[in-house]
Amino acid sequence: MTFDYAPAPESRSVVDIAPSYGLFIDGEFVDPIDGATFKTVNPATEEALAEVTEAGPLDVDRAVRAARTAYRTTWSRMPGSERAKYLYRIARLIQERSRELAVLETLDNGKPIRESRDVDIPLAAAHFFYHAGWADKLEYAGYGTRAYGVAGQVIPWNFPLLMLAWKIAPALACGNTVVLKPAETTPLTALAFADICRQADLPPGVVNIVTGDGATGRALVEHPDVDKVAFTGSTEVGRQIQRAVAGTRKGLTLELGGKAANIVFDDAPLDEAVEGVVNGIFFNQGHVCCAGSRLLVQESVADEVLDALKRRLSTLRLGDPLDKNTDVGAINSAEQRARIEELVRAGDDEGAERWSAACALPERGWWFPPTVFTGVTQAHRIAREEIFGPVLAVLTFRTPDEAVEKANNTPFGLSAGVWSEKGSRTLWMASRLRAGVIWANTFNRFDPAAPFGGYKESGFGREGGRQGLAAYLRTEG
Amino acid sequence: MDARLEVRKTYKLFVGGAFPRSESGRTYAVTDAKGKFLANASLASRKDARDAVRAARSAQGAWWGATAYNRGQVLYRIAEVMEGRRAQFEEEVARAEGISARRAASQVDLSIDRWVWYAGWSDKIAQVLGSSNPVAGPYFTFSVPEPTGVVAAIAPERSSLLGLVSVVAPIIVSGNACIVIPSLSRPLPAIALAEVLATSDLPGGVVNILTGRAAEMGPWLASHADVNALDLTGVDDDGLATEMEFAAAETITRVLVPPRKAPDWAEQPGLDRLRFFVETTTVWHPIGV
Repeated sequence: MTFDYAPAPESRSVVDIAPSYGLFIDGEFVDPIDGATFKTVNPATEEALAEVTEAGPLDVDRAVRAARTAYRTTWSRMPGSERAKYLYRIARLIQERSRELAVLETLDNGKPIRESRDVDIPLAAAHFFYHAGWADKLEYAGYGTRAYGVAGQVIPWNFPLLMLAWKIAPALACGNTVVLKPAETTPLTALAFADICRQADLPPGVVNIVTGDGATGRALVEHPDVDKVAFTGSTEVGRQIQRAVAGTRKGLTLELGGKAANIVFDDAPLDEAVEGVVNGIFFNQGHVCCAGSRLLVQESVADEVLDALKRRLSTLRLGDPLDKNTDVGAINSAEQRARIEELVRAGDDEGAERWSAACALPERGWWFPPTVFTGVTQAHRIAREEIFGPVLAVLTFRTPDEAVEKANNTPFGLSAGVWSEKGSRTLWMASRLRAGVIWANTFNRFDPAAPFGGYKESGFGREGGRQGLAAYLRTEG
Repeated sequence: MDARLEVRKTYKLFVGGAFPRSESGRTYAVTDAKGKFLANASLASRKDARDAVRAARSAQGAWWGATAYNRGQVLYRIAEVMEGRRAQFEEEVARAEGISARRAASQVDLSIDRWVWYAGWSDKIAQVLGSSNPVAGPYFTFSVPEPTGVVAAIAPERSSLLGLVSVVAPIIVSGNACIVIPSLSRPLPAIALAEVLATSDLPGGVVNILTGRAAEMGPWLASHADVNALDLTGVDDDGLATEMEFAAAETITRVLVPPRKAPDWAEQPGLDRLRFFVETTTVWHPIGV
C-alpha cells in the first residue's frame, strides 16, 4: 500500500496584487519621472503578476532627496525610544500580515510556501523586533551613536522580504533613513512593505522603495548624497560597487557569494547529517549565498552518506510552490536557470559524475531537479564557482587537516558546516575554517541576534547581533 | 676633538624577520629636517612587496595560533626592548622630525606606552568584541573576533615613530600579519623599530617594513590577492587613495580609508583601528540530550 500526498495548495485569495505599482517615495506611491515599466513574473507559471516601475536616475535622485529631508527634519531629531516604537509597530504589522506576505513572496519568488511561511516572514518580523530594542540603547553597543545619514541599499531576489528586513531594520534603528532597491525579479513584498510603512505612520521619506534593474541600483549606489551603501548579491556586482564607492568616503558593507563546505566526519550522526546536507543545499532551491554547496565527506563513510543522500533526495517533492507539501520550488528566473545549466554542463564536461533525483518537472515555469555531482576535484568549476542552484558537489577527505585545507581552498568565506559528535574536534575545526558563520551539526540557521557575514570575497561587515550595528554607525571622523 | 670615527649603520628593509637590501639594489638619500644627509635608505620595489606579502602570509597562521596571552607578552616585550634603547629612538626621532630632544623624548614615551596599551588588549578583544547570541531556538551560538589575515598599511608621513607604532600595533595584536610602508621622508626610526621587533620574540614575518614609495608599491599591494585588508592612514594623496581603493575591489579587500584630518597620535586611541582588522565568526551548536 502506498500513501500519496493530496494537493494542499495555499489560497491566493489573501493577496491583492495591483495591476501596476509606482515608486514609494516620501511616503506615497508616485509615478516615475524618467522611469519605464517592466513586468514581474511568477517563476512557477511564467504568469505576469504586476507591472512595476523601473526607476531612472531622476527618480532615484528624488528618493534620495526625500530620505535626506526626512533624515534632517524628522528621523535624526527623534529620540531613539520613539524610533524604537516605529520598528516595533512594523514588526507587529509584518506578523499580522504574515500569511499575505508569505503567499506574495512565494508567488513572486517561486520558493515553497512552507519556507516563506516558516522562515522568511517570521524572521523578517523578528529582525524588526530585535533591532527595535537597539534604537534607544545604542550607547551600550560600543560603536557610538552617530548615524551615517542616508543609506542606499540593494538587495537580492533569494529572500526578498527577509533581506529587506536585514537592511532596513538596523539602518532605521541606528537613525539612518533609507532608499532601498529590491531585486528586479522580486519587487512585490518590498512594495507591500511600503504599505506597511504607511500603516505604521512612519514619517514620510524615512523608507523609500525604488524598483528597477541593475541600472537603478547603480544610480542609487553612485548618488553623491548617499552616505552609506549596503549590498547583498553576487561577488561580481559587489566588486563593481566597491569600485564605484572608491574615493567617495561612503560607508560600505557587502554580503556576497559563497561556496560553503559542509563537512561530514565519520563519527557524525549520519541520518541527521544527511538531513543537514539536504537542507544545506536544497533549501530555497539552493538560492542561498551561504548554501552548503560543497559536501566534504570523510572517505570511510562516503558511500554510506551518498546512498542515504540519494534515497532522501528521491523523496523530495518538487512542484507548485504554493502547495504546503512542496519541498523544492521554482528557479527564480530563466537567466538563473541558464546559469545553473551552464555550470552543470561544465561539471559534465570536466568529468564529474552527475546524478539527479527522478522527478517530473512542470511544463511551465523554470525548474531544476536536485542534482549531485560525485568524482569532483577542487579544480572543477562546480567546486569553485557559486552555482546558486540545487546542485551539490561532493568531495572526500581523510584527515581533519585535509578537510580544513579543502574547505578553505576557495576565494569565498561565508559559511561552513561541521558534522561530528566530537565537540573538541568541532571547535578545532571552527577555529581553523575561514568563514563568517559555522554551523555545527546544523545548517542554514538564522537569527537576528546572531551576526552573519563573510570573510574574503564573500564580503565585509556583519548583519545581525550587536556587531551588525557597526554597519550603520559612523565610527570614525 | 674626539679622534674616533663613528660607525654608521646601513639601513635596510625588514622582511620575514631578516634585514635584506632591496632586491632592486636601489636606495635613496634621507636627510634631516634641515636637509643634511643622514643615510641612504633602501628603496623597496614591487618585488620586495611581493616577498613581504609571502612572508606575512607564512607567519600569520602561527601568530594567530599563539595564545592571546602569548601575543600580549610579545607586544609588552617590544615595549621593554624599546625602553632599553630609548636614547637611540630619541636621537632618531629628533633628527628625522627636526624636533627638540624634549619633544622627541615625549614621542618615544608615547610610542612605548602605546605598545603597552595594545599588549593589554590581546586577551580582551574577544571579550569586548565577541558575544554569546540569544537565538530563538535550542542552539548555543557565540561570535568571536578573528584576524582578517594579511594587512598592508601605509604609515603616517609626519609622525615617524609614534604614528607608525599606532598603525602597526592594532593590526598585529589580534593576530594579523602586516606589511607596512613607513614615512618616505622620515624612514629611519622605522628601521630602528625593526631592530627592536627582531629581538622581541615577535615571529619573523608578522611585521614587514618596506621603506620606499607608497605610490609605487601601494596599488600592487592593494590588488594582491593575498592581502586581505589595507590601512591607508598615511596616504595624503587623494588620487593614490582612490586608486588603491579601486584596486582593492578586485578581491574584495577591506580598506581603512585615510582620516579626514590628520590624527593627533598623542591621544589615547580607541578601538576603531583594532576592530577594523578583525572578522566576526559566528558558531552555532545544537543544545540537546
